Amino acid sequence: MSNAPALLTSQASIRRTRIQLLALGRTHPAVTFATALVALLFLVALLAPLISPHDPIAVNADDSYLPPLSPSHLLGTDELGRDLFSRMLWGARVSLPVAFVAVAVGLFVGGLIGLVSGYAGGVIDLLLMRFIDALLAFPALILAIAIVAALGPGLRNAMIAIGIVAIPGYARLVRALVLQLKQMEFITRSLGATPMRLIVRHLIPNLLNPIIVQISLSAGFAILAEATLSFLGLGAQVPTPDWGQMINSGATFLENDPWLAIVPGAAISLTVYSFNLLGDSLRDALDPRLRS
Amino acid sequence: MTTYVLRRLALMVPVAFLVTIGVFMLIHLTPGDPALIILGEDRSPQAIAAIHQQLGLDQPLYVQYLIWLGHILHLDLGRSITTHQSVTTAITERLPATLELGAVALIWSLLVGIPLGTIAAVRRGSIADRLATGFTVGGVSIPNFFIGIVLIFALSVSLRLFPFGGYVPFIQDPFENLRHVVLPAIALGTAGAAINMRFTRSSMIEVLNNDYIRTARAKGASWRRVVFIHALKNALIPVVTIVGLQIGGIIEGAVVTETVFTWPGVGRLAVESILNRDYTVVQGIVLLAAFSYMFANLVVDVVYGWLDPRISFA
Amino acid sequence: MSMHLLELDDVHTELSLKDGVVKAVDGVSFHVDPGETLGIVGESGSGKSMTALSIMRLLPRSGRIASGAIRFKGRDLTGLAEDEMEDLRGTEMAMIFQDPMTSLNPVYKTGWQVGEPLQIHRGANDRTAIAAATAMFGKVGIPEAQKRVNQYPHVFSGGMRQRAIIAMGLTTNPSLLIADEPTTALDVTIQAQILELLRNLNRDSGTATILITHNLGVVAGMCDRVMVMYAGRVVEEGRTEDVFAHPEHPYTWSLLRSIPRLDADDREPLKPIEGAPPDMMRLPAGCKFRPRCHFAIDRCAKEEPDLLDVRQQRSRCWVTQAGTTLSESARGS
Repeated sequence: MSNAPALLTSQASIRRTRIQLLALGRTHPAVTFATALVALLFLVALLAPLISPHDPIAVNADDSYLPPLSPSHLLGTDELGRDLFSRMLWGARVSLPVAFVAVAVGLFVGGLIGLVSGYAGGVIDLLLMRFIDALLAFPALILAIAIVAALGPGLRNAMIAIGIVAIPGYARLVRALVLQLKQMEFITRSLGATPMRLIVRHLIPNLLNPIIVQISLSAGFAILAEATLSFLGLGAQVPTPDWGQMINSGATFLENDPWLAIVPGAAISLTVYSFNLLGDSLRDALDPRLRS
Repeated sequence: MTTYVLRRLALMVPVAFLVTIGVFMLIHLTPGDPALIILGEDRSPQAIAAIHQQLGLDQPLYVQYLIWLGHILHLDLGRSITTHQSVTTAITERLPATLELGAVALIWSLLVGIPLGTIAAVRRGSIADRLATGFTVGGVSIPNFFIGIVLIFALSVSLRLFPFGGYVPFIQDPFENLRHVVLPAIALGTAGAAINMRFTRSSMIEVLNNDYIRTARAKGASWRRVVFIHALKNALIPVVTIVGLQIGGIIEGAVVTETVFTWPGVGRLAVESILNRDYTVVQGIVLLAAFSYMFANLVVDVVYGWLDPRISFA
Repeated sequence: MSMHLLELDDVHTELSLKDGVVKAVDGVSFHVDPGETLGIVGESGSGKSMTALSIMRLLPRSGRIASGAIRFKGRDLTGLAEDEMEDLRGTEMAMIFQDPMTSLNPVYKTGWQVGEPLQIHRGANDRTAIAAATAMFGKVGIPEAQKRVNQYPHVFSGGMRQRAIIAMGLTTNPSLLIADEPTTALDVTIQAQILELLRNLNRDSGTATILITHNLGVVAGMCDRVMVMYAGRVVEEGRTEDVFAHPEHPYTWSLLRSIPRLDADDREPLKPIEGAPPDMMRLPAGCKFRPRCHFAIDRCAKEEPDLLDVRQQRSRCWVTQAGTTLSESARGS
C-alpha cells in the first residue's frame, strides 16, 4: 500500500473497513449467518409482490379460517379469508421500512446532536446532554407510546416516535467518538509528528465499527417497537398487513385458529433475532480486545 | 458515599425538570383542540371559549405550565376527560396490580437469569454455555406480548393449567391471585431474564479472570467456594446496575402484557386512555412512568455504591 | 540421603495456544530441601512462572503437565486428584503472586482473607480466623493490626498489601512457600523491606522458599541457591555465591555483566544482552541461547547440551562443559 499520507483519503479507509468486514465473515461464522438472515429478510420484503401467491388484503369470506397446508394457501387464511402466507411476506414490507426510517432519524438527528455536543463542549454540551438524559428518563416504549398518543395513531407517526426514541443512543455514541477524535487531535498537535490524515485513517474503522453495531441493534429494537405499537392499535391500521397488528386480531381466535397469531409472531421474532444477532456478532467480532 | 449520592441527586434535578416540560408539551402537541373533544356537539365559539377558560387554555404557555407544575407537585394530576375521575385516584386504584405483576416479573428474571449466567460462565464454551447464549439473543427478540400469547395458548387453552387472564386480589384468594399472575409475569420477565443472563455471564467471566481468584485457589479453595464466595459477590455488583434498566423494561412491558392478559393495571389504563383520547390520564401515567424509572435508577445507583466497599468506604 | 522436600523430575508443561503448542517447561529437574531458599531467575517467557504453577497445579485452562514427576514430601503431585491438591494448597504449600493490588479480593475484609486458609482447612470460624490474622499481621510487620484486619484492601498501601499477602501464605505454617515476583510491582525502598521480611520469616519458621524473579539483585541478598532458566529449560544451577562469582553459563554471565556498577567508569557503555528473547514457537536447533551467545562454537548450533555438573554448579553449555571458564577474554564474538 502506498506510503504517502497525502494520498490517504477517508474514502480509502472506508474501503479498508469494508474489506475488513468481509473478511470477518470467514473467522466469525455467526456474522455470516446473521448477515444471510438479514439479507434474506430484505429480499423477502423486496420480492413480496412477486412471490406472494395472493393479494394480502383481498378479502374472501368463503375461504376464511382455512388451516395451514390447505390447497393454494400454504399457511391457511385468516378470519376474512386473506392468505396468511402472503400477509406474512408483505408484513416485511411494513416492518423493514419502519426500521430503516427510525434508524435514519436516530442516526442523523442523534448523530448531529452528538457531533455538536462533542465538538462544542462546554455549556452547549452540558445542555444537550441534559436534553438527551431527559429523553432517556422515559422507558423507551413509554416514550414512543406517549409520542404516538400525542400525534395520533398511524404508521407514519409510529416511525417518527421510534426514531425519536433511537436518538439518545446515537447521540451518546457519536459524542463519545467525537471526544476520542478530539483527544487524538490534541495528542498529534502536541507531538507535532503525525499528520491528522494518518490518524483519521486509523480512527475511521474504530469510528465506523460501533456505529454499524448500533445500527443493527437499533434496527432490531425498532421492529420490535413497531410491532408493539401496532399490536396496541397505535401503529399500522387495518387492513395493512402488519405483523403486530395481525397478532392483535389473531389473538381473539387463539382457541380455534392459533396460526393467525403464531405466524406473524414467529415472523417478528425471527426478524428481530436476525438484527440482534448481527449486531451482537459484529460487536464480538470487531472487539479490539479480542483481535490477536 | 454521601457525596456519591448527592451528586446523583443533583444531576437528577435538571433532568426531572426537562421531563415535566416534555410531558406537559405532550398535550399541546396533540393536533386538534381539546375543547372540541370535550364539547362534542355544541361547538359554538362561546362554548369553546368557556372551555378554554375553564381549562386555563387561554393563558400563555409558560403560565399554563407553571400552574400545571404546581398541581403536579401537590399530586393533583387533573381529571380524566372521559370519566371525570381524578387521575391520581384512577392510577392509585390500579397501581397495586401493576406493582405485583412487576415485582413477580423482576423476581422471575433474576431467579432465571443470574443462575443461568453463572453456569454459562463457569462452563464456558460448553454446550450449556452455547445454548444459554442463544437464549440471550432469542429472549430479547421475541415480543413479550407474543410470549404471553404463546403461553396462553400452550398452558391455558391447550393444557388448561392457568387462566386466560384476569386478576384476583391477593386478600381475596392468595392462591388464585398467584395462579393468575404466573403467566403474565413470565411473559413480562423473560426479556429481563435474558439480559440478566448475558450480563451475569460476562461479569462472571471477567471476575474469574482476576488475580484474586488465583489467590483463592492457591489457598486451597475449591471451585465451588471460589465461585460462590469469591466470584459471585464481585460479579453481581455490576448486575445491580442493569436492574434499573430492567425496571424500565418492566414498566414499558407492563403496558402490553396487561393488555394481553386483561390485567387491571396502570398499563392497561394507559392503552385504553390513548384509544379514548383521554389525554390527562395518559399524561399522568407517562409522568409516573418517567419518575418511577428515574427513581428506580437512583435507588440502583445508591445500592451499587453501598455494595462496593471501594465506594462506600472511600 | 534424606528426602528432598520438593523434587521435579524431567517435568514438561505445555500450553495450547491458537497458533500451536508451546513447551513452556521443557524437561526441568531440580530439588528444594527443607528450610532452604531457591531463587529461580529468567526473562519473561523463560518458564519460571509456569514451573511454579505446575508445582501448585494451578495452570491456566490452556496448560497441562505433559510428562514428568513432581514429588512433594515423597508424593507425586502430578497424579493427585483435584481435591487432594486442594488439601495441600494453603496448608503445606503456599504461593503468592506478583501484583498485590489485584491479588486481594476487593469486597472482603483483609483480615478475613488472610485467615481464610484456616476456615477452609481447619474448620475455623470467622472470629478464630480473624484473630489468627491479627497475629499474622503483627508477624509481617503491619502496624495497628486490630484496626487493619477490619479494613478493605483498597485502603492499604502497596507494601502493606504485599505483607498481608505474605501473611496469607504463611497462616498455616506451610513447608513450602513459592513467591512469584513478590517485589516487582513495588517501589524500590519497599522492595528491600519485603525481601528482608521474607528472609527473616524463612529463618524463623524454616519454611522453604522458592523466589521467582527476573532480577539477579533480589536473589543475591536472599537465596541459598539459584537456578537460571531460559526458553523453558534450566541452564545453570548452583549455590548463589558460586554462580555469582564464576557463572558457568553464557546467559548467566551476560546477566551479571549487564548489571550497571557504581564503580564503573562513567564513559563505559552499558552492556545489555544482545538479541531478542526467544520465540517459543520457533526455537532454533541446538542450544537455544546460541543466537545471543558470545561464546558459541560450531557444536552449539547442531546439538543441544544436557545439564551436567561443571565445577561447583550444573550448567547446560558445551563450552563450559569442555572446560573453558567464561570471561571477557574467552569471548568468541
